[in-house]
Amino acid sequence: MEKEFPIKQIIDGNGNLIDSTFGSEITEELLKELYTKMLRARTLDRKSANLQRQGRIGTYAPFEGQEAAQVGSASALEKGDWMFPTYRDHAATLTFGHSLSTILLYWKGRVEGCVPPEGKNIFPPAVPIATQLPHATGAALAEKRKGSDRVSIAYFGDGATSEGDFHEGLNFASVFKAPVVFFNQNNGYAISVPIEKQMNSKTIAQKSVSYDIDGVRVDGNDVFAVYFETKKAIEKARKGEGPTLIEAVTWRYGAHTTADDPTKYRDQELSAEKRKLTDPLLRIERYMEKQGVWEEGWKAQVQKQCEEEIEKAVVEMEAYPEADVNDIFDHVFEEPTWTIKQQKEAFLSMKRGETV
Amino acid sequence: MKTMADVKTNKLTLVQAVTDGLRTMMKEHDDVLVLGEDVGKNGGVFRATDGLVDEFGEDRIVDTPLAEAGIIGTSIGLAINGFRPVAEMQFLGFIYPAYEQIMTHASRIRTRTMSRFNVPMVIRAPYGAGIRAPEIHSDSVEALFTHMPGIKVVVPSNPYDAKGLLIASIEDPDPVLFMEPMRSYRSIKSDVPEEKYTVELGKGAKVTEGDDVTVIAWGNMVAVAQKAVEKIEKEQGVSCELLDLRTLYPLDKDIIAESVMKTGRAVIVHEAPSTGGVGNDVLSIINDNAFLYLRAPVEKVAGFDTPIPFFSLEEDYLPTPDRVLKSIENVVTF
Repeated sequence: MEKEFPIKQIIDGNGNLIDSTFGSEITEELLKELYTKMLRARTLDRKSANLQRQGRIGTYAPFEGQEAAQVGSASALEKGDWMFPTYRDHAATLTFGHSLSTILLYWKGRVEGCVPPEGKNIFPPAVPIATQLPHATGAALAEKRKGSDRVSIAYFGDGATSEGDFHEGLNFASVFKAPVVFFNQNNGYAISVPIEKQMNSKTIAQKSVSYDIDGVRVDGNDVFAVYFETKKAIEKARKGEGPTLIEAVTWRYGAHTTADDPTKYRDQELSAEKRKLTDPLLRIERYMEKQGVWEEGWKAQVQKQCEEEIEKAVVEMEAYPEADVNDIFDHVFEEPTWTIKQQKEAFLSMKRGETV
Repeated sequence: MKTMADVKTNKLTLVQAVTDGLRTMMKEHDDVLVLGEDVGKNGGVFRATDGLVDEFGEDRIVDTPLAEAGIIGTSIGLAINGFRPVAEMQFLGFIYPAYEQIMTHASRIRTRTMSRFNVPMVIRAPYGAGIRAPEIHSDSVEALFTHMPGIKVVVPSNPYDAKGLLIASIEDPDPVLFMEPMRSYRSIKSDVPEEKYTVELGKGAKVTEGDDVTVIAWGNMVAVAQKAVEKIEKEQGVSCELLDLRTLYPLDKDIIAESVMKTGRAVIVHEAPSTGGVGNDVLSIINDNAFLYLRAPVEKVAGFDTPIPFFSLEEDYLPTPDRVLKSIENVVTF
């Protein structure tokens, strides 16, 4: 099956252009845009891990290594499309319109971190596994019924493909020809369980065969392979030609979350080695070098911009007004039920009593 | 002013009233969709969607793959994006694969997004024992959902309420579990207005007025309690006030409190297992609001803390008029 679903690459780890189909579309502008987005995401990720260690945010789910998969796919979306991320897809949500401070607020335990900017169809991160796939199918079906050409994209990891909802989401999308892209980031582990224990199939892309939908396997660390393949799937969906399953083969360097110790189950040397060979940012740097458009000074400038932007977001996050206790009660139903009203009144009067 | 005499009515069974409610809302709103297994050509296993596919087409009466989580998950996606899906679970006992979707998403999307997204969907589910169905089909697990923050739970007991409550549920901006008592589907016929009307969610109804004891029930247990009430009134002259709660979350606190304050006695009847059942929430309302009016401990007539048995024994499991009658006697002679 690996033969039927070869890993598509456009730029290899050494920065060589190995598929010239899109050669002319990889402009200097696009190169710099995608690189900047990846660097911004990586800077946020590292900062978040540090903030967690300093106790300034709670448990955090890092994604370093997966920037190309997330940035490449999210860059292929257009305004008005729908995104259904997991709790690890901040590079994707950032690319599609979440602010840096919103993402930080989420990990600070604030519900405001689930709320996208007005007009941006970004769903709150799915915490259960694979449950967001049927939502993406439903939202896509809604667009189809409205006669629009908007599409949905759902993000999920390799472990999610073992869940029933993965299969139900794909099956419904296939039966109803929903304009949805199922975007898998296969990083080889579901927390500590390696993919060989997760499934006996050799690829995730091949699971598309059972649903008679298109399946494609891409190098998830090659931002251009991800970008162009996702774009293709999205355009196909827009034309009413149904869903696609994309498997982006990638590697995350760090832990599942900051509460987890990967040295117990993963070879850290292999991880370090992979960074040298396949890192999504390094290969763009190498490619740009080969194209003669790389300047260290430019990178330093972008890095500085990202850091400043993130520092600002951290300040914003930390200066954010205190969580409003009313929010516990006020968004359960459009109109609170009498039980909620009663509980709220009793609680608030007790609180008032304590402070008097 | 239009009087009841001007309202055109039809004699319908409860399940026909459900169909009528669906038809009424589908005619009025293009964004109402029905999704479920066998809801199209087959008209649903109980014929609740009979004929609707001919009227509204396969795009709006959608036969789905056999996958409860998929049905609910897809409906959530439709609901957040402008539609009002009515998802049919073939039986409430089949809802378990979809429980996660309802618990982790449908019921809390509004909370999680500070009302940016909401889920105006209805989940219809036939429930309850007494129709000699195979195992698992007869479960009465309303308490799993009344315990779930963010979803309303509605149970009609008669055709008029079935249509009015269903329309109110579809119009509700939040998710509603609409439980249909299978045993009552065809056992009662009553006048149902042809036009659109609603029965407000969260409001119970007084089925009979009385002074000595309040009997509280919902779904098919209303009919069971009614038999007991009629018998004890006729034979022993005990005046019973029978309440049909109609909505199990939120409960109608006022109707329960006022009635028990008047009668001083209460018997709660439900077919779901006794422990952790909605009856305990009714007890809590009585405790909070009518404690000093009580003249006897409140009795509960409920199912056992056992799985609903195979149908050869289901009549032993279900509360009967005799069991209700015994409890009424206990509280009036305490």
